Amino acid sequence: MTSTHGVPAATPQSLVEHALATSVADDCIALVRDRTQANLRWANNTLTTNGVMHGVDVTVISFVHQAGGTSSGSVSGSATTQAQVSALVHAADAAARAGSPAEDAADLVTGDATADWDDAPEPTDIHVFDTFAPALGEAFGRAGAAGRVLYGFVSHEHVTTYLGSTTGLRLRHVQPTGHYGCTGKNAALTDSAWVGGATRDFTDVDALAMDATLAQRLAWSARQVDLPAGRYDTILPPSAVADLMIDAYWYAGARTAHEGQSVYSRRGGGTRIGEQVARPGVHLFSDPAHPGLEATPFVTASTSDNEQSVFDNGLELRRHDWIADGTLTSLLQTRHSAGLTDQPVTPYVDNLVLEVDGGTGSVEDLVAGTERGLLLTCLWYIREVDPQSLLLTGLTRDGVYLVEDGEITGSVNNFRWNESPVDLLNRFTHAGRSVPSFSREWGDDYFSRTATPALRVPDFNMSSVSQAR
Amino acid sequence: MTGAALDPTFTALPHRSLGDAALERARALGVSHADFRFERVRYQHLGVRDGVLQGAADSEDVGFAVRVIHRGAWGFASGVVLTPDEAAAVAERAVEVALVAAEMTTSPVEIADEPTYDDVTWVSAYEVDPFSVPTSDKAALLIDWSERLRRHPAVQHATASLQQVHENKYYADLSGTRTTQQRVRLQPHFEAMGTDEESGVFDSMSSIAPPVGRGWEYLTDGGHDWDAELAEAPELLAEKLRAPGVEAGSYDLVIHPSNLWLTIHESIGHATELDRALGYEANYAGTSFATYDKLGTLQYGSPVMNVTGDRTVEHGLATVGYDDEGVATREWDIVRDGVLVGYQLDRSMGRMKPELHDGRSNGCAYADSPGHIPIQRMANVSLQPSPDDVSTEDLIGRVERGLYVVGDKSWSIDMQRFNFQFTGQRFFRIEDGQLAGQVRDVAYQATTTDFWGSMEAVGGRDTWVLGGAFNCGKAQPGQVAAVSHGCPTSLFRGVRILNTTDEAGTR
Repeated sequence: MTSTHGVPAATPQSLVEHALATSVADDCIALVRDRTQANLRWANNTLTTNGVMHGVDVTVISFVHQAGGTSSGSVSGSATTQAQVSALVHAADAAARAGSPAEDAADLVTGDATADWDDAPEPTDIHVFDTFAPALGEAFGRAGAAGRVLYGFVSHEHVTTYLGSTTGLRLRHVQPTGHYGCTGKNAALTDSAWVGGATRDFTDVDALAMDATLAQRLAWSARQVDLPAGRYDTILPPSAVADLMIDAYWYAGARTAHEGQSVYSRRGGGTRIGEQVARPGVHLFSDPAHPGLEATPFVTASTSDNEQSVFDNGLELRRHDWIADGTLTSLLQTRHSAGLTDQPVTPYVDNLVLEVDGGTGSVEDLVAGTERGLLLTCLWYIREVDPQSLLLTGLTRDGVYLVEDGEITGSVNNFRWNESPVDLLNRFTHAGRSVPSFSREWGDDYFSRTATPALRVPDFNMSSVSQAR
Repeated sequence: MTGAALDPTFTALPHRSLGDAALERARALGVSHADFRFERVRYQHLGVRDGVLQGAADSEDVGFAVRVIHRGAWGFASGVVLTPDEAAAVAERAVEVALVAAEMTTSPVEIADEPTYDDVTWVSAYEVDPFSVPTSDKAALLIDWSERLRRHPAVQHATASLQQVHENKYYADLSGTRTTQQRVRLQPHFEAMGTDEESGVFDSMSSIAPPVGRGWEYLTDGGHDWDAELAEAPELLAEKLRAPGVEAGSYDLVIHPSNLWLTIHESIGHATELDRALGYEANYAGTSFATYDKLGTLQYGSPVMNVTGDRTVEHGLATVGYDDEGVATREWDIVRDGVLVGYQLDRSMGRMKPELHDGRSNGCAYADSPGHIPIQRMANVSLQPSPDDVSTEDLIGRVERGLYVVGDKSWSIDMQRFNFQFTGQRFFRIEDGQLAGQVRDVAYQATTTDFWGSMEAVGGRDTWVLGGAFNCGKAQPGQVAAVSHGCPTSLFRGVRILNTTDEAGTR
């Protein structure tokens, strides 16, 4: 597939058309992703590793009708020339011919070209930080002068996706993804604070404001309080709620639930769809058109597994309610799993929103209404402990604050916690207004498009103390 | 070392001409250092569920990267259009990034010296490239595995999977080093799942076979007894489904290498990465309690604790001849007789701490793709066995009330590597030096130095296994690395055990 290097790069559309024309399989889907990224990273008040990247990934999925069904073959690779794409097509065709009938086989999605099909990829580059970078340099100076140390990372990526099929589809989508995060420490490195968020274009990210917030949070640590493990009245800010809800979403595969392997399984068989799994008034949903969280509006799947199917490529995505008014209404479905579970087709969408009826106000408002409790900043190293309860473990990080009589009065040691996000949706007592949020654990690399409220949980299980600061 | 040779389809690629074009352009722009990497990484994943091939995907990442030091700052850019003109343009973009970074770089970047290696090659130890085996044969093997598991009445569903990687790298820099390398790795896996009809409890039992830096022969030459493990897993699952929940409390633990490798990875491997100790991972992966001021004095564990870093061990997942900064790899001490004596570092950290390792890097720079900048990544970090012939049965025999822990499952540790919690595949009660059946819902929780300080004994060489992972995450942008950890079965006294059902509040 790499025998003709030296040929100038082709357009993504021409690579798609070349793949579809070259394939000798019964059907073929080609996915081309043009990916550009720019990032800055810093530590100890100085830039460290920074870069710009450009990649073009091509996935060819071939389908062959044979006795007993349809088989598929999927091959991906970096490719910028027709010769490279030809090699991918030959490999995908061969894989499909050698394969056995696929259990998820279905008619391929049909359609036409969208109006923007002929448009070029939309790249990003280092200049997306033209305003942010000088301000960051100034923030380093301010922080250093005040005895603060800054560590952080900003990233901006554009992925322009082109999906074409022998059944006529020609779909294009431009996905900007940006995020920022900065950790501040005092000079002795004994206190730590964090601020972070998602952005689509960096016009709304202010390095000096970021530093000012860190300075305020570090000031909250003037009084330090040691508390033991136990169950605490705890305020989870939107970033921490996003951490937990992403896990609740990722483990919501319909097939595994149907087979008895998840928190969404009904004991005795089947799924819990239709059951009350959260408090009334709780709504968890995904919507590719959600304002500010716009995500790819069609299925793109390079391989088949429990939660995606190559046969579903191009399927239109709409709003899916996972939990509506506290009732589990949908799970992650391919057309194949929807047939197994006798449920509607509700594929994975790359954003997530949690809303609570009557939820108003901010983290600060929840603090003001708390007599004595803890305010977290974010969560870290979250892993599943038990699938049947969706028990998760993890740590608090970069700021646990003591709330007394509605005010923050000091900082507290970190904790390891053991909790189930589904259980929390039954136990919280207060919810704020849903706002754009950013998961500290998953936002950087996997899932940055979330909107969540702050939640107050009266008995959050802090299993042991962590000495980390 | 190996029967394999460099893949001619890689050596036919234009890596040398692109490298020459990029380095010459960087030199002309006045950089103080430039290096060039050209990589081709091939992946194949096969997944089987209940006797049916669910997904098969091949992918290949081909591209190149240019890294420069210019005006005291790092600059990095990567590209995928394989022409000399594009290589030169990517070098220019790297310099452009360095110019932006120079404005905010307060500590000029320097790197430790390293001898020049003039056009050397290295190939890892394997016999059969897994990509040379027909996909249908591999799928048939996995299908057979899942069907064998499902024959047992306790198993309702079974999965099997195979991850394969074939990695080629060419490195060149302005000092004249040129290295060309190739390595292969494999991760076979299976899992049996079932639900107890009476209690409704669901659970699973997975393979404890480690991923390896070996070829297809790992599945065929007896290096791991797949037949025995496939035969044993369903009955172990059936016993686990009927097993009582553990009573939370303090227990002595005998931990098998299939579980202990992961505890080593999290609480020693990451904690002794010098970039963490110096704050360069503070915003994401975190720092380390093992700060540089503690070198030579920190009592990391008991006197039987000896840990090495090693990028040369045969079949190690982090084993390579030269790292991604052109440094020849080696083995060194990290913990000796329980005391912290070394770190893992790259060339920039070697310059910062010239008193360490003779002022040289110990070869721990790695980038997981041509699109990523090399960062300090983990060597194969391993716990050394006892020189005496101590068996697992000997260690179990020394326990009056405890648990024997086999296989990894859930893992989590804080951002300074103090507090951790692990579960496992199976936990056997030990009563008066004998195994007495499984218990379930077990997690062990400890602080790193308390845990390693409680290690009373390590097993001998016959208990030592090279475990590891394909998926260690670090850095921003995130990168994934494969790494091995060898260890013997080991005995720990008085470790906190939790009942995870109690933790969930569902009992």
